This record gives sequence, C-alpha cells and structure tokens, in this order.
Amino acid sequence: MSAETYVRPAGVHPPLDYPQYRSSVLRAPKQPLVRLPHGPTETTGPLLGAERVTAADADLTTRHAGEPLGERIIVTGRVLDSDGRPVPDTLIEIWQANASGRYAHHVDDHPAPLDPNFDGAGRCMTDSQGRYRFVTIKPGAYPWRNHLNAWRPAHIHFSLFGTAFTQRLVTQMYFPGDPLFAQDPIFNSIPDAGARHRLISRFDLDTTVPDWALAFQWDIVLRGRDATAFEAEEAR
Amino acid sequence: MTQPGAAPAGLTPSQTVGPFLAIGLPWPDGPEAVPPGTPGAIVISGRVLDGAGEPVPDALVETWQAAPDGTFVRPARRRFGGEGSQGATGAAGHDAGFRGFGRSATDAAGRWHVITLRPGRVRAPGGGLQAPHLDVSVFARGLLDRVVTRIYLPDEAAANADDPVLAAITDGGRRATLIARSADAPGQFRFDVQLQGTASATETVFFDV
Ligand SMILES: [Fe+3]
Repeated sequence: MSAETYVRPAGVHPPLDYPQYRSSVLRAPKQPLVRLPHGPTETTGPLLGAERVTAADADLTTRHAGEPLGERIIVTGRVLDSDGRPVPDTLIEIWQANASGRYAHHVDDHPAPLDPNFDGAGRCMTDSQGRYRFVTIKPGAYPWRNHLNAWRPAHIHFSLFGTAFTQRLVTQMYFPGDPLFAQDPIFNSIPDAGARHRLISRFDLDTTVPDWALAFQWDIVLRGRDATAFEAEEAR
Repeated sequence: MTQPGAAPAGLTPSQTVGPFLAIGLPWPDGPEAVPPGTPGAIVISGRVLDGAGEPVPDALVETWQAAPDGTFVRPARRRFGGEGSQGATGAAGHDAGFRGFGRSATDAAGRWHVITLRPGRVRAPGGGLQAPHLDVSVFARGLLDRVVTRIYLPDEAAANADDPVLAAITDGGRRATLIARSADAPGQFRFDVQLQGTASATETVFFDV
C-alpha cells in the first residue's frame, strides 16, 4: 500500500476486545476494523488551545480558596512524534483523582473525602520544543468494581492532539514502583511489556523544588506523521 | 514510512478515558464547530449505544472535517488545499469562527450533538474525490482505545455513490451505518454510534487509522 496507509505497530495499543476489563464486554466492537487510507482529513487535525488556555490552567493547586491536601508534585515532559520530532504548541488536557483517590464527579461513590480545593482538571500547551509542565497533587489509588478487591494504580489521565487526526491520543500516566500494576487490567491490557512500561513516569530529582515539591518526568510519543503524504500536500 | 508490524521507538500506548472524562474534556462550546445561528449551519445529533442496546452516558464524540470549500483550518505553515480551491486557505481564509472540530460528551441518555458546516469534497488518496464526510473519534469507559468512524450525509447520494471508502464496504447494511439520516427539519441530521452490534442493530463500521 502507499505511504498514506499506516499499519499500527504490533502490541503497543491495547486490543478493544479485552474481557478482563469488564466494561469492554458490551462496548468493544466485534467486527474487524476497516482499513482507512489516509487522505486530507486524516493528515490534518484540529489546532486548539492558545485561545482557551491560560498559564493558571497548568497549576491544579492554586485555583481554589485554599491549597489542596496531599503531596504536591511537578509533572514535566516532552511531546514527541515517533520520528523523534518535538510536537510544539499542542494542547494537553489532564484529569485525575485527588490525594484520597476520589474524583470530583457525581458518579464516583468511593467513600474517601472530596477536597474542596481540588477539582482535578488541568490544561497546558506544549512550548516551542514540545515541553509541558503541570503542578498538581499526587493522585491516590482508588477501588473499582472490575473484580474482587480491584484497585487502580495511581494515575493521571492525559489527552493529546498532535497535529493530525491520526495522532489523537488519550492515555494515562502512572508512578514508578506502584504495587498495584500487577493486578490492573487496564495497565496490563497493553500486550508489549516495553510499551506498558512507557506509561510509567520517572522520579526526577533535578526538577524537584527543595522544600516545596517532588517531581516526575514523563515523555509522550505520538505516532509519526506520514511524512511522504505531508510533503506531497505541502508541495501542491 | 513505517514497516508493517515494526514498533516505532517509544510510541506511547492508549488507555481508556474511564468514567470521569467529564472532569477534563468537555468545553462549554465544545459542540460548536461554528457558533449557533451561523448561516448554513447544520446540526448532527445522535446517541452512542452499547451491545445491549443501552445508551452510553460516559462517552465523548469528536468530529473533524473540511470547511465547505474543501480546505482545512490550518495555520499558514501547513496549508492543505481542497479540490475546489486552488491555493489553500489557512485559518484566516475561513469564516471566522469555523473550527472544523466539534466535541460533545454524551448525556445520561447517551445523546451527543455538534453544530457545524457542511464539509466540502477533498481528494481521495488513490485519485478522484471523496464524498463530504466528517471523521469521528469516540472515547468511552470500556474502550481501551478510541474508535474511529465517519459520518456521510444522506442528501449527497451521487457523491456517496462515488466515494472510495464507502465503496470498499461491500455489506450494504454496514455501509449504511456511515450515512446520517435526515431528521425532521432542514439541516438536521441523526447519526447513532452502535459500538457493538445487537440482534436488531448493526454495529457501526469502525476504521483502523
Ligand atoms: Fe482514573
């Protein structure tokens, strides 16, 4: 096929049909996916953000009357594509539980305290080198009802656009050394062990702020653009 | 170019949005790819349904599409031309306010909607033109990765008959899942996303992109 048809690398993304994750049973499609050759709709994508993001949106600890409870952390990293190029000026959206493992959402009935000073949502734009930085609270682990005594490892949900429809990604960042990885079907739905471990951030002593906050570093790699198709378009 | 099956260095895997995406992803103006009341605006609405026929109240539907002239909202640095327009227009060339992108979280009844403009025709990878379409991503609890589908319009029968993506789907019942239905009023369309087929509802066609 032409350069405009991308074949997903094996083992990196979870299969849709993964019954160990109970919610997938009635929601995962059963029919095979149909290959979509990439045309202009797939090689372009929305460019969002600058007009709807302020610097304050990247700090989840200063948006309320008081400071949230929990362990203050700085999360930084770079957004790259799989050809190694940084992805500048792209919108990142995050959401997470509070330090007690409770989401500020009416459906979350985990009997852990809500925090009036923490809503758990953040946004930022990557800079010209693809770098991002959030200040937040380390989220707590939380129970869910997927199986007996099921707990999600602590995580932050991340949403990214890149520059093309094909690069759209929603994922989760985890923390190093979490004892809950072994029993979590969402983390373990990723077939390739190396790919799975790319979701785990790294403790980053260099970025910690003494007497104030710990830091974790996590790079995000979006799939490469179909360079040949892009160049052909730009030459038109 | 990527070789089939080869893992590019370090690609970050997908994970589900989970049940609490409403904390982080919806925007008040998310469904408005154009401001309501824009001349020529159309409304596409529908439901997201599961394999038991039940509505999915914790899904997010995103749409991306060409402008009516077949161009895409892009910064000047990366212009893409539609077939109808020699010399592509960037964002500045479109009516102010057309974003090309709509985002709608589903409500308790699984309903979503976007307000947008009719997409124009864009070139097909193999030559010729595609019928007007919107690319759609659906995220939800229970989906470990997004699913991708397309919306075509029912009053574009001639263009749809020529469209190479539709033509590649030989099962007529499944092909029909990609074509919105006309609703009561002009400019109103219905498009349901059936995540998983049931005895009475055909599973929507989803694409590997
Ligand atoms: Fe979560």
